[in-house]
Amino acid sequence: MSNDSTSKTLGVALLLCVVCSVVVSTAAVVLKPIQVQNKLLDKKQNILSAAGLLGKGDVDIDALFAKIEIKYVEIASGNFVDVPEGFDQRKLAKDPSANIVLDSQTDIASIKRQSKIAEIYLARDSSGQLERIILPVHGYGLWSTLYGFLALEADANTVIGLGFYDHGETPGLGGEVDNPKWKGIWPGKKVFGDDGGVSVQLVKGGVNKERPEAVHQVDSLSGATITSRGVENLLKFWLGENGFGPLLTKFQAGEV
Amino acid sequence: MSETKKILLDPVIENNPIGLQILGVCSALAVTSNLNTTIIMCVALTLVTAFSSLFISIVRNQIPSSIRIIVQMTIIASLVIVVDQVLKAYAYSSSKQLSVFVGLIITNCIVMGRAEAFAMKNGPVLSFVDGIGNGLGYSVVLLLLGFCRELLGSGKLFGIEVLPLVADGGWYLPNGLMLLPPSAFFLIGLFIWALRAWKTDQKEVSEYVIAPNTRRLPHSEAH
Repeated sequence: MSNDSTSKTLGVALLLCVVCSVVVSTAAVVLKPIQVQNKLLDKKQNILSAAGLLGKGDVDIDALFAKIEIKYVEIASGNFVDVPEGFDQRKLAKDPSANIVLDSQTDIASIKRQSKIAEIYLARDSSGQLERIILPVHGYGLWSTLYGFLALEADANTVIGLGFYDHGETPGLGGEVDNPKWKGIWPGKKVFGDDGGVSVQLVKGGVNKERPEAVHQVDSLSGATITSRGVENLLKFWLGENGFGPLLTKFQAGEV
Repeated sequence: MSETKKILLDPVIENNPIGLQILGVCSALAVTSNLNTTIIMCVALTLVTAFSSLFISIVRNQIPSSIRIIVQMTIIASLVIVVDQVLKAYAYSSSKQLSVFVGLIITNCIVMGRAEAFAMKNGPVLSFVDGIGNGLGYSVVLLLLGFCRELLGSGKLFGIEVLPLVADGGWYLPNGLMLLPPSAFFLIGLFIWALRAWKTDQKEVSEYVIAPNTRRLPHSEAH
């Protein structure tokens, strides 16, 4: 039988597809548990690092994370709710029955739709006193959506840290959101002004430390105007009334 | 034996896939801003090229010519997915940095080029060696790029500080261009220039010569 006959062609194609799909699916199935674990570990590490709880060198991330309390919040009301097992905020944001579609007026972070329920993390000190509130935030920069965590002190106003774990900004420019030096300016900044509005700002040309508003201001990233604007917008959104505003108000009033 | 050695080492200098054939340039731009990702990419591409050539060579006498390319692509794509899955499991942080570029090995012209040009006509062992050789040729250029870009762009090698940066109180002012993909174009250009100045037989004969511009522009005569 010649190689070019129809039956041979179909046979080779069929056999090849079967063999290749078996190889690919075996690899995917066998390696899946390790991959899921890696993803989870990566997320935990990012939460801990935003909260400033991650020490230097090799640390047992699982042991550190065990001290963190996971809570689920209904974004609109700021109330804690229970959720079924396997909660996935990114998936829910795409599910019409569980998301809120944002109109262009409110959607300053350009995320289009958000889940009604969000996962947040609380860290307590040894006496059980609330110490750190860690909130997931995301929004659009220049090329990509930046996903990160913002950690606030128990007053729900003072920043402990901000870190992004997933983004596709230009390395060396917008990608400098990962720069430890830049992240080092965030701790101690206040996100809310005296009037209760979100007042955190990224400014060009350096923060004038003499001015009273300096406590709300952070230097923009040089060469990355749009990424910086994206970071400012996503913080304004997630701290505002359509984000975690209602929840944070409760924290400030000491209701939770 | 000498023939095997020739097949293995020729693509490194004499017939470099990037230097002479100008293939696989896109990934050379994308993954060379630091050496860690560069090395992982080199290993991944070398393995994919070697094993795809091996498997294609094994079945080469059975492949109907009408679906030849599709068969090659399917084998290459399967291998790339396996490599991607392994990286996600055992080198998670690097696989995050490489993101889509591991998947894009599928479209790397070097892999397809070796499958079509070599593995379809030669035995499995030689094809495997040829794949390794071309992977090495690609790796040499990539490592060179990664070395220059990381050293000049961020003053580091493998993430360890070599040139202390001005920003951290040192003396070296990093060249930000080196971190952007276009810098790899300049470096590849310089590499090809150096290579062809050394190995003059790699110079291409010009296909045409631009005529000297002797005619005066018509409107300039009016004055």
